[in-house]
Amino acid sequence: MTVTELVSYEDAMAAYEPVMGLEVHVELGTKTKMFCGCSTTLGAEPNAQTCPTCLGLPGSLPVVNATGVESAIKIGLALNCEIAEWCRFARKNYFYPDMPKNFQTSQYDEPIAFNGYLDVEVEGEIFRVEIERAHMEEDTGKSTHVGGATGRIQGASHSLLDYNRAGIPLIEIVTKPIVGAGEKAPEVAKAYVTELRELIKALGVSEARMEMGQMRCDVNLSLRPHGAEKFGTRSETKNVNSLRSVERAARFEIQRHAAVLGGGGTIIQETRHFHEEDGSTTPGRVKEEAEDYRYFPEPDLVPVAPSREWVEELRAGLPELPRVRRTRLREDWGISEHEMQSVLNAGAIDLISATIDAGAPADQARKWWMGELARRANEEGTELAALPITPEQIARVCALVKEGSLNDKLARQVIEGVLAGEGDPDTVVEKRGLKVVSDEGALGTAVDEAIAANAAIADKIRGGKVAAAGALVGAVMKATRGQADAARVRELILEKLGVEG
Amino acid sequence: MADLTRLTAAEIAVKVASGELTAVEVTEAHLARIEAVDEKVHAFLHVDREGALAQARAVDEKRERGEELGPLAGVPLALKDIFTTQGIPTTVGSKILEGWLPPYDATVTKRLRDAGVVVLGKTNMDEFAMGSSTENSAFGPTGNPWDLTRIPGGSGGGSSASLASFQAPLAIGTDTGGSIRQPAAVTGTVGVKPTYGAVSRYGMVAFSSSLDQGGPCARTVLDAALLHEVIAGHDPMDSTSIDAPVPPVVEAARNGSVQGMRIGVVKEFAGEGYQAGVMQRFNESVELLRELGAEIVEISCPSFDKALAAYYLIAPSECSSNLARFDAMRYGLRAGDDGSRSAEEVTALTRAEGFGAEVKRRIMLGTYALSSGYYDAYYGSAQKVRTLITRDFEKAFEQVDVLISPTTPTTAFPIGERADDPMAMYLADLCTIPANLAGNAAMSLPCGLAPEDGLPVGLQIIAPAMADDRLYKVGAAVEAALTATWGHPLLEEAPSL
Amino acid sequence: MPGITREEVAHLARLARLELKDEELDHFAGQLDDIIGAVARVSEVADQDVPPTSHPLPLTNVMRPDEVRPSLTPQEALACAPAQEQQRFKVPQILGEE
Ligand SMILES: [Mg+2]
Ligand SMILES: [Zn+2]
Repeated sequence: MTVTELVSYEDAMAAYEPVMGLEVHVELGTKTKMFCGCSTTLGAEPNAQTCPTCLGLPGSLPVVNATGVESAIKIGLALNCEIAEWCRFARKNYFYPDMPKNFQTSQYDEPIAFNGYLDVEVEGEIFRVEIERAHMEEDTGKSTHVGGATGRIQGASHSLLDYNRAGIPLIEIVTKPIVGAGEKAPEVAKAYVTELRELIKALGVSEARMEMGQMRCDVNLSLRPHGAEKFGTRSETKNVNSLRSVERAARFEIQRHAAVLGGGGTIIQETRHFHEEDGSTTPGRVKEEAEDYRYFPEPDLVPVAPSREWVEELRAGLPELPRVRRTRLREDWGISEHEMQSVLNAGAIDLISATIDAGAPADQARKWWMGELARRANEEGTELAALPITPEQIARVCALVKEGSLNDKLARQVIEGVLAGEGDPDTVVEKRGLKVVSDEGALGTAVDEAIAANAAIADKIRGGKVAAAGALVGAVMKATRGQADAARVRELILEKLGVEG
Repeated sequence: MADLTRLTAAEIAVKVASGELTAVEVTEAHLARIEAVDEKVHAFLHVDREGALAQARAVDEKRERGEELGPLAGVPLALKDIFTTQGIPTTVGSKILEGWLPPYDATVTKRLRDAGVVVLGKTNMDEFAMGSSTENSAFGPTGNPWDLTRIPGGSGGGSSASLASFQAPLAIGTDTGGSIRQPAAVTGTVGVKPTYGAVSRYGMVAFSSSLDQGGPCARTVLDAALLHEVIAGHDPMDSTSIDAPVPPVVEAARNGSVQGMRIGVVKEFAGEGYQAGVMQRFNESVELLRELGAEIVEISCPSFDKALAAYYLIAPSECSSNLARFDAMRYGLRAGDDGSRSAEEVTALTRAEGFGAEVKRRIMLGTYALSSGYYDAYYGSAQKVRTLITRDFEKAFEQVDVLISPTTPTTAFPIGERADDPMAMYLADLCTIPANLAGNAAMSLPCGLAPEDGLPVGLQIIAPAMADDRLYKVGAAVEAALTATWGHPLLEEAPSL
Repeated sequence: MPGITREEVAHLARLARLELKDEELDHFAGQLDDIIGAVARVSEVADQDVPPTSHPLPLTNVMRPDEVRPSLTPQEALACAPAQEQQRFKVPQILGEE
């Protein structure tokens, strides 16, 4: 890996203005592929979901999935786009072993949706991201590289192809150049992808799970000196596959471009790869010749001309959009806009909402997801939703706290146990023996022992210094390894010493 | 016993249905004929003896059970090797697919099987249907039964030759620029390119998707109509398939007549490059139609002179993309994979080895026409020519019911004559291409032998899209009148092999 | 319309993944030049205000319902693979993107 010299973000911002373009691919959650009836269910054995069409066998032909088109129109409408009255599929011709026909059936100059926008919020401010287009296309197969180090393509002796994913419907959403975000550009990028993901999920057209590759982002970035009109040369960082990475990739490229430009160099237009480990990007393979995709209208398909009645019907059926929903939830949960923004950034809205639906109080649900769990996700560099714990399990923990069988500290340990794969909350409580000690006899003994061992403190309390009781509570908690209800311990101490609480 | 291979499909079907003949004996007679003559003709790439007999037995059993048989049940057929046949080799005349056993049946294959038609085997063709002589087959040329040193037309030369040599009474072809009609013309047989979208393309290996159309080949107009009805009709697996009833082609073939019809003679299809004997027979046909009660109108289609140029941009462009899938990764030939080469190199080596010269030429031509900087001048302009040709047809069909012309400017030329002169070869499709560009229905049927070489001449009839029945109505009338004049079907004059 | 050079033919062959020998390049260059010279006449209509026809049928909106149809079995899918391993298509090393 080549070492890239960077300049500090502040220095980069002092000299240049970033211009971004974001291309997001969303895998639709249709039952079948875009052009054939093969199932799209995850987890099938290799090549078990293929047919002549998605294997590109000679003689096979595509037929458009109506739900794929419907989903594309819904996305377009939710992004405030115009919906084409007449559009076509086109062939994008290039050779690659993961693409069975060696052309991708996509849309070119006639996308189904175009000219829209999506408002995103960064630190309480609304930023409008303009949408160039949203178009339909198909996914490629999956290759596994064998024989090289750690399954990477470089050094591999050969590759193995599974075409189950080939032909799964994709919607590609392309922004217009995003200008004017200034130093907030990386946050805007993240906020845009976050908002887009919320939107896609709300529409019910995809689960949009980035960690599963159901949503993938390419970050195009260029810098221009402050005041310049002309855009600089851009780099295209491919497959940036988490919300956090989108921000990091943009930030890294800003610093790298600034370093190259500041050193008198020029940026070459190239594809770059993002590395999760250190947040850096490296150049892709240098191609001898520029790509020439030789687009032309797909002759095996006829044009798509959505009737205006259909479009209006779909528009009328759009669900509550995420920003509207967030306002409603924010009021329900009684939190500030700023707090809601943090919840959104953490990707926790649905998780908290589901936890509440499973019976937890709003403040408790939010406390766990935004506290303990967000910390864990951050430590592990993963999405909150990817943690191996469910909203139902968190709700159960909350219920155990409420009924008094767990205190806060024990609850934390239960969650730890669930995350460690020890089972559901009740199993963890059982296995780890994490019940609050409520046996009055045992507790009474522990209190007596603590009083006997701390005679001086006990005297102070008897003398009216009630605040000193904390020290004895601590001793009892220590003796019971934290498994006592601290409030009850305090009551017992004061009772035994004959002091009013 | 009479030679069963001389019967028409209609006759065989009636005799099998009545029990006068069994499908098995009909099939055996044709398999024996193949055995006897195909070494000389080379119409077949693969003969499916066992499969054919099994299919024939199934028809006979069905009849014995008293079940109703379809109109072509028990009739043998030669299938162009461009249609996939599950578990039976499908090569498209190319080395790159040698040994491929498709895991699925084309819709046409399926419909034939469902109708009880007995598929004898797969016929030779120009590689990927690119050619007008069948010389571009990777597996050697096919001879014209009228003169084995001459071409049987192309790309469907195997199908036309199998009919003309009595190896099969029916065959299936595909027509992208004339590949059904031109072989029919030069072998004295009948070939129909139905309206684009009438016959499903599912399982028909694509050459040029917006032009390709499968269709019936036969020795009589009625046989072609019977086959047309079996293979045509809507198919949800093909997005470009017409979702409307098939025109009444059989009824039209049984009631041939041109009385009161207006028939247009395309002015542009004459002159330089047209063989004298071809024009002579064509002009006689025009007179015949007049005598039969048609009104003859001269029609000008000025844009037709750009049809060939547009075709040689559109077809190669689409083929350059359609044939990209032959990359040595999932099926077919893989060459040069010695463990040191990359996938990219293996693909390029395999394609160089697996494709013949004409296929490579067209792939490169299409790659050129679609590449950035040339798209508008070439592909884009060709699409405009396509519009102009469609308009010429629309205007013509405001004045006449059908158009006629010679099918091809010359009779069958000698094998090898045009082999390395692509432009000369391309001229064979001069008259057939406009109907592909516009999607019209068209037929070729024999109209005599050219006096100078004694070889068959084809008459082309072109009808508006969706009016395929007009071809059969006119074709049957011409066929009946000519057969009466000759005293026998033209093919009886072909040399015995 | 300019003629086609040997270098252009070589470029086209690379784009089309055809490993052509030198003599083939020469041969094709001559033939393609002839053909392109002949077909270039379509550009006479380039400036005319005529809509392009990409398809002979005026059909639109041909779609299928989102219903699962049976797939091939992996064995059927792989039956004609030049090479296979772990129920996947085995292909030579791929140069390029990760
Ligand atoms: Mg894309
Ligand atoms: Zn499939």
